[in-house]
Amino acid sequence: MTAAQSQDAPYKAVLEAPEIRRALTRIAHEILERTKGGSDVVLLGIQTRGVNLARTLAERFRDVEGLDIPCGSLDVTMYRDDLRMKPARALNRTELPPKGIDDRIVVLVDDVLYSGRTIRAALDALNDLGRPRAVQLAVLVDRGHRELPIRADYVGKNLPTSSQETVRVLLRDVDGRDAVLLGPKGDAK
Amino acid sequence: MSLYLIRNARVLGGEPRDLLIRDGEIAEIGVGLEAPAAEVVEAEGLVALPGLVDLHTHLREPGREDNETVLSGTRAAARGGFTAVHAMANTTPVADTAGVVEQVWRLGREFGYCDVHPVGAVTEGLAGKKLAELGAMADSAARVRVFSDDGHCVDDAVIMRRALEYVKAFGGVVAQHAQEPRLTEGAQMNEGEVSDRLGLRGWPAVAEESIIARDCLLAGHVGSRLHVCHVSTAGSVEIVRWAKSKGWNITAEVTPHHLFLTDACCEESPAGRSYDPIYKVNPPLRTQRDVDALRAGLADGTIDCVATDHAPHAVEDKETEWADAAMGMIGLETALSVVQAAMVDTGLLDWAGVAERMSAKPAEIGNLPGQGRPLEPGSPANITLYDPAYRAQVDATTFASKSRNTPYAGLELPGRVVATFLRGRPTVLEGKLV
Amino acid sequence: MKRHLISAADLSRDDALLVLDTAEELGRVTERSVKKLPTLRGLTVVNLFFEDSTRTRISFEAAAKRLSADVINFSAKGSSVSKGESLKDTALTLEAMGADAVVIRHGASGAPYRLADWINGNVINAGDGTHEHPTQALLDAFTMRRHLGSLDGRKITIVGDVLHSRVARSNVLLLSTLGAEVTLVAPPTLLPVSVDTWPCRVSYDLDAALPKSDAVMMLRVQRERMNAAYFPTVREYSRRYGLSAERYSHLPEHAIVMHPGPMNRGVEIAAEVADSPRSTIVEQVGNGVAVRMAVLYLLLGGAQPAIGADK
Repeated sequence: MTAAQSQDAPYKAVLEAPEIRRALTRIAHEILERTKGGSDVVLLGIQTRGVNLARTLAERFRDVEGLDIPCGSLDVTMYRDDLRMKPARALNRTELPPKGIDDRIVVLVDDVLYSGRTIRAALDALNDLGRPRAVQLAVLVDRGHRELPIRADYVGKNLPTSSQETVRVLLRDVDGRDAVLLGPKGDAK
Repeated sequence: MSLYLIRNARVLGGEPRDLLIRDGEIAEIGVGLEAPAAEVVEAEGLVALPGLVDLHTHLREPGREDNETVLSGTRAAARGGFTAVHAMANTTPVADTAGVVEQVWRLGREFGYCDVHPVGAVTEGLAGKKLAELGAMADSAARVRVFSDDGHCVDDAVIMRRALEYVKAFGGVVAQHAQEPRLTEGAQMNEGEVSDRLGLRGWPAVAEESIIARDCLLAGHVGSRLHVCHVSTAGSVEIVRWAKSKGWNITAEVTPHHLFLTDACCEESPAGRSYDPIYKVNPPLRTQRDVDALRAGLADGTIDCVATDHAPHAVEDKETEWADAAMGMIGLETALSVVQAAMVDTGLLDWAGVAERMSAKPAEIGNLPGQGRPLEPGSPANITLYDPAYRAQVDATTFASKSRNTPYAGLELPGRVVATFLRGRPTVLEGKLV
Repeated sequence: MKRHLISAADLSRDDALLVLDTAEELGRVTERSVKKLPTLRGLTVVNLFFEDSTRTRISFEAAAKRLSADVINFSAKGSSVSKGESLKDTALTLEAMGADAVVIRHGASGAPYRLADWINGNVINAGDGTHEHPTQALLDAFTMRRHLGSLDGRKITIVGDVLHSRVARSNVLLLSTLGAEVTLVAPPTLLPVSVDTWPCRVSYDLDAALPKSDAVMMLRVQRERMNAAYFPTVREYSRRYGLSAERYSHLPEHAIVMHPGPMNRGVEIAAEVADSPRSTIVEQVGNGVAVRMAVLYLLLGGAQPAIGADK
């Protein structure tokens, strides 16, 4: 047993690398379908793991469809409604594609959709950055328990969870491996 | 007349003795004394010292009665174990005439908590330009013998020389506040690492030492007595030691705070504050090296005595930015405790040494025949009973002084004055003013 | 709990890097069409300025407003302060107004510490007497880092009236925290007596220091220092310690020239040097807003301040 596995001991993998790959491929197809070829699409990954997912999606478009879809990153820290409930955090990069988001179809990309508050913050942030024609949402995992009227347009996997559980998304670029783990609350880093 | 029997007091820290006080004098000292008519003061565990004498007190009256008065200041003195204080001349008006010194002296006599000996100004208005009428003050009812422009330095060498010479005629002494004025323009605190970090203008040691060196040479040259106020640096101790080795008639004092606190307090106080003007004082708090040298100098007699430089200030003059704050701290009610902590508990002085440096020597320098006498039959019954085993946090709200600018509030200090007798009459009993 | 930014020594290396990294992100807000973030909505920042410094005040004001804080400007002139109200009474007034943070500029060294004793809000030192000016040091470090990359091992030369300079004090502390090698160059009269205990080197020879410098920071020298005999004449000062065009040519290719302002052109810095392409003097002003946004966000934005000292 490797150290990484033992560290994850109380967690069980609900998605492994091949399933994640298939889920992203499916999302890519759905985006193309729903946006009529994806010509006006901008992918905006929400910091931090949403950015990696957005990049992976963009690669998928390029490799499979030969499409060059602009991709950027969005840090929503300064827009969060729980900012003053936790210590002030370091900021990550917000970087829009060179042509911006005005009149584009922005697809927000995040790893896990839970309360919906991060997406609410992201919509506020978008409002200060430009005026997209439409905003859609793609998530790898929807674990339920929404606290706001927000729903994803593209879902990799619907994962029924208890609010006592934690969902951890591991990505190769960041964590060395692709996996979605489910475990008890409080054990997450 | 009054009759008191003090039982089992450790005279100068020695074996327990009884002291019989009759008609203002010590009548008898011995073991197992009986005096049925006497009021008995149990003094088991208490050290008996001759009543303390302060050469350097600011009573603020006349002029700043909101900060201190002769009454409040002498009550504070009595609580601190003092039976005589020298009231500095920097009042409003300045004590530079017979009229002002007599007023202060009379107030002291009237209240009766502690003898008040006014210090006369050396120069008119403390301006350093023209000698005040020193002889008139000496001849007045106040019988002034100590002259000082304290707060200001007599920096003109000619004026200083003349003053040193002139007071010889009536056995006076000039007490110099040694501070070279040009080197200390706008000075805020000791010049060194801390002032450099804090960005506060420095008060260099050399500004004190250069004046002390000059004054010692002058006093040696004209054969006069010189007293150096509030010596604060290691270099000053060396210069005084050298001047004494020449056989010149030089005496020096050190304050309790310069024996105990350093300039580190300005950067971070025990309460965790920075730039708290409670530590702003003139001369400024120096470094640990200076504190060590001052303690050694006091122990070996280079520095003759402890003087409080009790300097009351209103709250609004301390709760300000550092640069705007008044200089000085009160000290009468904590002096003996601080000296115990700095000198006795460190093994540098015994209680006989404390008596010498806080009573006998200052009385001798101030030319006070009725004060600072040994505790023996026939001496005036000026006695301080002190409990060195007591330990408590300093509570400034209990002070008799009108001001609260003490750097020791909230700190634990050893010891407590239990009783003070002024010529046989108690001014303090059981730690409380009578 | 960490609460204030009064001295550059309040910042650990991690704190300082967090401020600089955060400022790097926040600086990008200036490039957007909506130059505002909602982060400090509902919080009140008071600019309490006892000294005229329009530039620093505007910089803090812009920073607070870009984070959506309410800003109250309280300048000493024409206020109750000039009528003799004490700093303490002013502090109690601000406290009653519910100031969440007070940015203070004061002529007396240590005034921000006194203020911090009397109010509950965060205190940010915008320059106190001859003590410190930590946000200036942060923006200087930010500017250097943009040009030079990491400051570890970088050689920074600070020239001029160190003795009376709050900018120099804060820069020596911050730059040494960030791993730079600082050299102070000044006439001995304008160096603190204990400068040998500071985390920097000292030289009296500008010409020797320049060829090894990655950045040279010129401090303002005030003509009135001449009257107190700190140096004989402005001309002699300028000749020995001014950054002339000739001296400028001995700087390495990549080196930058900095000045916290306001400049005495022709005294400590030649006009053509101040206006040269390697001069960052205008850029420094611009970077001030991003750095001050970062400080305000990190002190006020979270449940607890992420930087600073509890003093």
